[in-house]
Amino acid sequence: MAVGFAQWGNDLYTGRRSYDIVGRRRTWYLISAVIVLLSAVLLIKPGLNPGIEFRGGSQFVVSGVSATDQTLAADVVSEVAPEEAPRVTTVGGSALRIQTLALDEERLAEAQQALAEAFDVPVENVASSFVGPSWGKDVTQKALNGLLVFLALVTVVMTLYFRNWRMAAAALIALFHDLVITVGIYAAVGWEVTPATVIGFLTILGYSIYDTVVVFDKVRENTADVLEQTRYTYAEKANLAVNQTLVRSINTSVVALLPVSAILFIGAFLLGAGTLRDIALALFIGMAVGTFSSIFLATPAEVTLREREPKIVEHTAKVLAARTAAAEGSPEGAPGSPAVVHVGQLRPGAHLGSAAQPKRRKSGKK
Amino acid sequence: MLGAVIVAIFGSLFAGTQMSDDAAWTPKLALDLEGGTQLILTAVTENNEPITSETITQAINVIRQRVDSSGVAEAEITSQGGRNIVVSLPGNPSEETIALVSKSAQMTFRPVLAIGAPQATSADGTTDGATAPPSDETAAPADGSTDGAPEATDGAAEEATPPSDTPSKPAPDSPSDVEYYVTPAVEAAFDSLDCTNPDNLIGGEVADPDKALATCDEDGTAKYLLGPVEIKGSDVSSATSGLRTTSTGATTNEWVVDIKFNSEGTKLFRETTTRLQGLAATPPQNQFAMVLDGLVISAPSLDAGVIISNGEAQISGTFNRESAATLANQLNFGALPLTFDLQSQEQISATLGTEQLQKGLIAGAIGLLLVVIYSLFQYRALGMVTVASLLIAGVVTYGVIAVLSWTQGYRLSLPGVAGLIVAIGITADSFIVYFERIRDELRDGRSLAPAVDRGWDRARRTILASDAVNFLAAVVLYFLAVGGVRGFAFTLGLTTLIDLLVVFFFTHPLMTLLARTRFFASGHRFSGLDPRRLGAAATRYVGRGKVVPGAASAPDADTLETPGSRVPVAAGVRSGAATMTIAERRAAERAAAQASGSEQTTRDEPEPGRGRDKPDGTTPPDASGERGSDTTEGTEH
Repeated sequence: MAVGFAQWGNDLYTGRRSYDIVGRRRTWYLISAVIVLLSAVLLIKPGLNPGIEFRGGSQFVVSGVSATDQTLAADVVSEVAPEEAPRVTTVGGSALRIQTLALDEERLAEAQQALAEAFDVPVENVASSFVGPSWGKDVTQKALNGLLVFLALVTVVMTLYFRNWRMAAAALIALFHDLVITVGIYAAVGWEVTPATVIGFLTILGYSIYDTVVVFDKVRENTADVLEQTRYTYAEKANLAVNQTLVRSINTSVVALLPVSAILFIGAFLLGAGTLRDIALALFIGMAVGTFSSIFLATPAEVTLREREPKIVEHTAKVLAARTAAAEGSPEGAPGSPAVVHVGQLRPGAHLGSAAQPKRRKSGKK
Repeated sequence: MLGAVIVAIFGSLFAGTQMSDDAAWTPKLALDLEGGTQLILTAVTENNEPITSETITQAINVIRQRVDSSGVAEAEITSQGGRNIVVSLPGNPSEETIALVSKSAQMTFRPVLAIGAPQATSADGTTDGATAPPSDETAAPADGSTDGAPEATDGAAEEATPPSDTPSKPAPDSPSDVEYYVTPAVEAAFDSLDCTNPDNLIGGEVADPDKALATCDEDGTAKYLLGPVEIKGSDVSSATSGLRTTSTGATTNEWVVDIKFNSEGTKLFRETTTRLQGLAATPPQNQFAMVLDGLVISAPSLDAGVIISNGEAQISGTFNRESAATLANQLNFGALPLTFDLQSQEQISATLGTEQLQKGLIAGAIGLLLVVIYSLFQYRALGMVTVASLLIAGVVTYGVIAVLSWTQGYRLSLPGVAGLIVAIGITADSFIVYFERIRDELRDGRSLAPAVDRGWDRARRTILASDAVNFLAAVVLYFLAVGGVRGFAFTLGLTTLIDLLVVFFFTHPLMTLLARTRFFASGHRFSGLDPRRLGAAATRYVGRGKVVPGAASAPDADTLETPGSRVPVAAGVRSGAATMTIAERRAAERAAAQASGSEQTTRDEPEPGRGRDKPDGTTPPDASGERGSDTTEGTEH
């Protein structure tokens, strides 16, 4: 299979095999738009389920216990309040702190009673109180501020690096797409949002931009002198770039996803609810979507934007005109269908090192 | 280079473990992974005024500011019940840290005597205050601050003794009296104050209300020299934020903060504004600073000609809705001086649960193993380079984190671990980008050494650009966010830098070396760089007048399609002849000749003696040996 994969990579590079990703961009836009819309709907209903770090909740402190069995405490409380995974912490040597979502009087008393029975202590030893959010509005606010500054800066940096604001715009579109879908799917799964989840979302942000920059750099390389030649159009060159980075994209995403899926698998099936599971899910969806968008959304969007530039429009028209003329001129070319063009990597000659130079025959010989 | 870095890291770590107790071979863990200490603080007001939830929120912000600035990583701060604040700190916090957290926060109004850039001024620049006689003040150079401006010209005794804390006058003329309050000691403190150092932004200091105070503003963007306390925070009755309304009642688009003083405050504020108005000619002395928890939260200047006598002040400036609301909240909080009683202090276990950490580590190990298998599968021997580079990156990361947790008090939290896991992908991606570029060059028909060089040139740009974006994200999030986000941003930034370090100083030099070995240079089929497998495909010219047959006809490529079956597969691919190079065309002719059984057609090759035209497709070395031609000329692939 490795041979097949390598051969496939070669064909993609030379253009012998080529997927018309940029050409079918309307299809991808449609798919993306539908998924983004779906995600947006999922965000409204059922919506995200913020954990107690964001909303605050009820807290029990069981003191004077002989054995601080965290699992037992978690089980007891989740029987009363199954909606939320309780957070259990040992306090000192003989007390347990259990936090769960805000409970009403009745369930509060029920949970207190159950805890007292489970740990074999008098009910008075189980104190309950309300705890505020540890991840308050101000923390969110500061994270959002950071985000906005980052987006502004990254736009500037990308515009400077690629010398074109359209690449930055396309990268931001892809980023927005990734974030909305990731958060939407997370909402659909219905796991609670913990600070770990938010960190996961922030990671996606960095990863999505990163992935897009790598693909765009190849596009930049391929299209650097697109205007100086008349063989291919901008869109064709960009499509070749996506095809050529396809192997890289697949390898990278597999390598990045393997550890994340290991954690997701163990977190979800062996551990149940918890920080690991939350962060792994957020990362898994985000990275997968990020890879998709860097291939199928970012570059096509960039091409769409670039094709509005007068220079590119002019160039495309010129190339197509030349192609039509050639097709009509040559007897074997399929008449009337100039669109069939082999887009491949041109192989310029280059210096192959001094070892490749002809050697002078040794004069002493023969 | 990289070796030096690694030796330096672990050498210092070793020295650290030998000499001090703080250093350890393992990094310290944060609250969620290791547990720590839980402090329960109860907020108490002086006169039993009710405590609102906004006040508690403000108190939490003040405590978070202190904790974050003191370098303790990722404390968890929540409210509990109506008036309790629970602060969970990782590890075993020192007495000072606990005292810092539970200190009360007081707000005061002080007149501004001088404002300076946040950096410390060098000792040389301070001569104007410390050694020059005060009567020479007009001639003294103003070193970025205006402390030399003459406020009163009454002759004072010359001061020759450097930093003395004795005022030069028996009594101040007013709280803005620079002459009296700015003693050499205060001056020196102001000059040496460095507000870019986070240690100076902790706040919580209780300053003598009757003396001048040198302090920073809360963002660390400026430093202030302030006069004595004129109005206490408790004299503020309320503060609100809103849009400015003009005298005609119309609402403008400008956000302002309105402060109302109580009767005592009204009287004091009238006196203050009257005096400050007289100082309008010597800014910044017409400003007054609001100091919360030892740090300046706002220092507005007085509009010309305004004397506020009704106890209602309005602060305007570059506010938006949030910053105006924040300032109003801070003022309200300061108006209600809280003290915190330490209720209990107890050890708590890891909030994440030990099980999570254990299983998480197992999962991480499994994930890494899968990465190793995959890269060996994909890149063969080259996969070993990936694995070695990842190992080096891992070792360096571990060392740096251990050193930082020793010197900077950095603690690894689960979000930090998440950053590390993502780093595996991003680090490995740099290698993948690099390898793919090398393969591209091989496909173009280069031999390995130049392919590595050119591939590196192109991969380097991509790696630098994409890592720059990542690093940017890390830096911005680190400086602008709080709590867990910071821990994550820190590890992300760190691993990005280490990625660059490893790619530049390990992977690339290693590839250059490997390119010289026979195993890789000859394109062994397990090297991952086999030009035939990479389809350096079509017949190509390799210099010295030689042409190498393509992959399809190479003998070990029997798993690939035969030449005849290699028809283009995609739509949009034009078949053959028109795009053929000369060499390809010759190869095609040869193939045709071979099919027709004629062995003599090869005579019209440009280099008949080379044997590349051996029709049965045997490898060139055999061919040249068979012909007995000059065997000293090796063949290039």
